[in-house]
Amino acid sequence: MKIHEYQAKAVLSKYGVPVPRGEVAFTPEEVHDIAKRLGGPIAVVKAQIHAGGRGKAGGVKLAKSAQEAETIARELLGKTLVTYQTGPDGQKVSRLLVEEGLTIDRELYLGIVLDRSSKRIVVMVSKEGGVEIEKVAEETPEKIHKIFVNPATGFQSFEAQKLAFALGLTGDSLKKGVKMMLALYNAFIATDASILEINPLIVTKSGDLLALDAKMNFDDNALYRHADVGELRDISEEDPLEVEASKFSLSYIRLDGNIGCMVNGAGLAMATMDIIKLSGGEPANFLDVGGGANAEQIKNAFRILMMDKNVKAVLINIFGGILRCDVLAAGVIAAVKDLGVPVPIVMRMKGTNVEEGKKMLAGSGLNFTTADTMGEAADKVVALAKGGK
Amino acid sequence: MAVLLDRNTRLIVQGITGREGTFHAKAAQAYDTNVVGGVTPGKGGTTHEGWPVFNTVADAVRETGANASVIFVPPPFAADAIMEAADAGVALVVCITEGIPVMDMLKAMTFLKDHPETRLIGPNCPGIISPGKGKAGIIPANICREGRIGIVSKSGTLTYEAIAQLTAHGLGQSACIGIGGDPLIGTTHIDALGLFQHDPETDAVIMIGEIGGSAEEEAAVWIRRHFTKPIVAFIAGQTAPPGRRMGHAGAIIAGGKGTAGEKMAALTAAGVTVVKSPADMGQALVESMRA
Repeated sequence: MKIHEYQAKAVLSKYGVPVPRGEVAFTPEEVHDIAKRLGGPIAVVKAQIHAGGRGKAGGVKLAKSAQEAETIARELLGKTLVTYQTGPDGQKVSRLLVEEGLTIDRELYLGIVLDRSSKRIVVMVSKEGGVEIEKVAEETPEKIHKIFVNPATGFQSFEAQKLAFALGLTGDSLKKGVKMMLALYNAFIATDASILEINPLIVTKSGDLLALDAKMNFDDNALYRHADVGELRDISEEDPLEVEASKFSLSYIRLDGNIGCMVNGAGLAMATMDIIKLSGGEPANFLDVGGGANAEQIKNAFRILMMDKNVKAVLINIFGGILRCDVLAAGVIAAVKDLGVPVPIVMRMKGTNVEEGKKMLAGSGLNFTTADTMGEAADKVVALAKGGK
Repeated sequence: MAVLLDRNTRLIVQGITGREGTFHAKAAQAYDTNVVGGVTPGKGGTTHEGWPVFNTVADAVRETGANASVIFVPPPFAADAIMEAADAGVALVVCITEGIPVMDMLKAMTFLKDHPETRLIGPNCPGIISPGKGKAGIIPANICREGRIGIVSKSGTLTYEAIAQLTAHGLGQSACIGIGGDPLIGTTHIDALGLFQHDPETDAVIMIGEIGGSAEEEAAVWIRRHFTKPIVAFIAGQTAPPGRRMGHAGAIIAGGKGTAGEKMAALTAAGVTVVKSPADMGQALVESMRA
């Protein structure tokens, strides 16, 4: 799960991570009041969307007065920001973070993630803050310093110190850096975060360290034990169809094509997208109905598929294991009868009770195209989506 | 010799009194796997569908001589169940449970380092089947046949697809190992390939990977040095968009890394026959064995 920058900063400050003074606003008037309260010579107005690259897209602006901050807010609120992470449709701005302006001496980078190969949490820092860290990692990997944390002991002071030295911190800043890194690690572990990124982590002219930006994602599987984190979810930032699917424990991701897919199992669902593309078509979505889907879930899955108006044909690819083909067929027939699906459907079933399932489809009086193999199914659905037949 | 399961396997089911646990305990027994009992804390001393139920894995091991366990407990308790099985000295632990928090698995993986005699398969996997010898997990037995091809896969139903393609070509399987699609897993592609390399009953292997992480790239390096049998690979997610988690917790292209293209290139360079289409796995394997 993703959260906004201002929410991440609120979470982090609970764990003792220094962040700039600031507040979130939903209206230009609120922005005016916050800027006034902050009082400094400069206020920063930052668009809050679940995507990086906001600065380059014009989503972060400086204001020299509360009046100017309000003017900026009028411009930004309701605007659609397109960044390299939002995709071409962009993301609408409905919240702004208003913060004190700070005098920046250096911009550093800190990230905490799981490293799968070593099976450890890795804390990494770089002097090259404020830029795309992927680029630094690719072009000058020696500029990124890492500590692979022993899960039994956690992140130790001497390790944080190593990183602080690598960042060139000295004196008071060194001590502050160590303290801040330990706090960031604690926040990561305590909240079951999956990504924590501070880019930039700044050193001010007066030698203070602060998280000027903050990105936090959380492990969906652990949200059950963090009700407070779960409350930070902003579903207006998510695709409405994906939100709808999540209500029925369906894993759905919307894509740009016109062939809707319904598959059981994540690997097979990805493979189905791949084979549609190889056959010359474009998948409209990823949809995994899971291993034990019932007729009701199948029906909801169908409803969600059809809510995407780009869909011109549907491919159902089910390998029955626990999910039996007759149950699937019953669900699909009920859904088509109920919802009146107006596009052609190609059904490919394999596995448990496949013969019963096929008989039910044939006897339903509905017009399904059937296929035996994945290749045949993909070819047929691509032809149908292009209007062949 | 067989890969992981044989006639000496004595299997217990952790979570045997649950719906899934019961269903798959019966399916394993119907496939002539020696299911010797189950564990459900608080229900020790009772019987369930004819099997003795124990409070702890240690009790089950002492009373039944169990040497393998399959785990069907809910996600919040699953990492604990893995550690309990290892602590009781169970040699083979297969965790089917999907949705275990990463932090829990991090602890479990650290715990397992002190128990090198325990092999973990999964979590979030379909388990293993050795056709004609037994099964631990949820892979449907009716699509398998006895034979000499090994399968190692991150995916569940895509594994079934590979099995069905092989069976359709008249090729049976020596063992099918679902290693799971989570970021942290016990047995990796490399571990499973090592088992197949040393198994005289396995002639060739199908390897199925997914976007995310670098396990396939690491496997490619290992294959080049150590693997001598014909091997066909498919990587799911060639069309997956970056930054989106494709169902499996581990299936995500992050920071431009973990793409299908990188993995396919690394495997091809290691001499693996990489198929672009998931429909071609069986046919490619037939051809690679002729070559």
